[in-house]
Amino acid sequence: MFSRILIANRGEIALRIIRACHELGIEAVAVYSEADKDAPYLQLADEAICIGPADSAESYLNIPRIISAAEIADVEAIHPGYGFLAENINFAQICRDCGIVFIGPPVEAMRLLGDKAQARQVARKAKVRVVPGSDGTVEDESEALKLANEIGYPVMIKAAAGGGGRGMRMAHNDISFRSAFGAAQAEAEVAFADARVYLEKSIVEPRHVEVQVIADKDGNALHFYERDCTIQRRHQKMIEESPCPILDERDREHLAEAALRIIKEAKYVNAATVEFILDRDKKFYFIEANTRIQVEHPVTEMVTGHDLIKWQLKIADGQKIKFSQRSIKHTGVAIECRINAEDPANNFVSSPGTITRYIPPGGPGVRVDTHISEGWTVSTSYDSMICKLIVHQRTRTEAIATMKRALREFVIEPIKTTIPACLDILSHNLFIKSEIDTGFVERNL
Amino acid sequence: MAQKDSDLQQIKELIEIMKDNGLVEVEIKHGDDKIFLKRSQPQPALGGAVTAAPVIEPGISAVPARPNETQASAAGVPPSDTHTQEGLVEVKSPLVGTFYATPSPDSETYVEVGSHVDAQAVVCIVEAMKVMNEIKTEISGTIADILVTNGQAVEYGQVLFRIRPD
Repeated sequence: MFSRILIANRGEIALRIIRACHELGIEAVAVYSEADKDAPYLQLADEAICIGPADSAESYLNIPRIISAAEIADVEAIHPGYGFLAENINFAQICRDCGIVFIGPPVEAMRLLGDKAQARQVARKAKVRVVPGSDGTVEDESEALKLANEIGYPVMIKAAAGGGGRGMRMAHNDISFRSAFGAAQAEAEVAFADARVYLEKSIVEPRHVEVQVIADKDGNALHFYERDCTIQRRHQKMIEESPCPILDERDREHLAEAALRIIKEAKYVNAATVEFILDRDKKFYFIEANTRIQVEHPVTEMVTGHDLIKWQLKIADGQKIKFSQRSIKHTGVAIECRINAEDPANNFVSSPGTITRYIPPGGPGVRVDTHISEGWTVSTSYDSMICKLIVHQRTRTEAIATMKRALREFVIEPIKTTIPACLDILSHNLFIKSEIDTGFVERNL
Repeated sequence: MAQKDSDLQQIKELIEIMKDNGLVEVEIKHGDDKIFLKRSQPQPALGGAVTAAPVIEPGISAVPARPNETQASAAGVPPSDTHTQEGLVEVKSPLVGTFYATPSPDSETYVEVGSHVDAQAVVCIVEAMKVMNEIKTEISGTIADILVTNGQAVEYGQVLFRIRPD
């Protein structure tokens, strides 16, 4: 097993990885920007190296600085976390060239599944239904328009280099398509330095369901069941749960097997999440694969009892998966609420500032994954997510009750947080009945 | 169609202007028409060359990093030069890497305590990924303190020298 690794990330996921490392006897080296210099979790790392000023481009996204830090700290591997460089093919390649293990997939698999348009081809090869759409990317607007009419409106125009809910535009007819198409290409160029876009039919009232998988270097792949992430606002997930409340065991198995076929087709190694859209008839369509650990991984950890970060470390170390799919069971229901430093009463505007009072919830079935504490200053330099609150109970009704209780106990002052919005959603009768789709939050909040 | 082509062309030109000038947000209004472009954090280029992305800071020349090539390049001092209470100016590392007090293993140190330096004089090297970056002082003065030793690992912003300005 590695003796020392570097974590190329910050905040709650950096802390999460430090914890997994320490349980496996691995020394964890943290990097930080000047904005994070007082972060308490840095004290838990075995070494902490300042890599730049607050601006992510000069710190957490700065490959030379991160590689230099890895070299002076003499680490064997780098865990990229999620976001930042986690899906950056260039970074994974550079790690490989510098003799540092990248804790994630091989460059080839990342390239194949990371390009959202190519990933659709992989899914087709794996005989998994994809959302009807273009065969690869489309450059020419008139060709795209013809295709949009063949697919049938409404149509989504998506950036091939996008993902995670970014770089998407919807068109309902020829007129809106014409303006959306050029704009989508321009936006993609600015956001991802890659103007390529592809088309997908926009499924009406979809649910978003994803499958957690891991695979070792010998091609053994296992799934850890699915997560329902339908509660989203502007394509960013707010609440996730496992299992998906509307699937029976047979549906669940078909979905998981489809995910595994895609992973095997791509010769993927390490952890990934395969995302699907479910239509009103519970028919599922592949949309994208995320070649990294996800924010909502704790939900899966609670229902299966497996530590996914430890699995990432073990697989990167070359260990083989020695247990069977049959041995992975899911018990009970887990729900996660992402808590952001945003004001839901004010259109979710950012609410930065210093936290003067912080009291996390506790009690049976409650897990809090966070880097914040009293005295922490939430800056505007980074993502507004400050905390993940996860609960696990035997039934969904009990899980909802525990989550509401925990949200009410949670004190984070004086900044505004999305806790009230989470409470509203959890109390809504459509959420309780799970008669929801990805437009639910925008329609009801 | 021509209208749309010229719109797209305009957007593409704006994007180039934004990139060239490091702009993050641009809004242009022509009567009722408005265009608003916003860049998210610039990502390193995907795929292609294995060389690390050059980090360009004001006062520093581009440093193309090539592993296994020792190449002296010019680097500057981070803009965050601070004055200590005694009026000394701190020279901080603009990079993560290894501090070297000498240009090569056998030569003499660039400076010592008491050495006088002119502005833009090289005071040390910080090696990062096999590239030797010359660190220059912005001001002229006398070296008051040297806070690191030859071969020591240094992080971004770490104070290397204190200089008493002329």
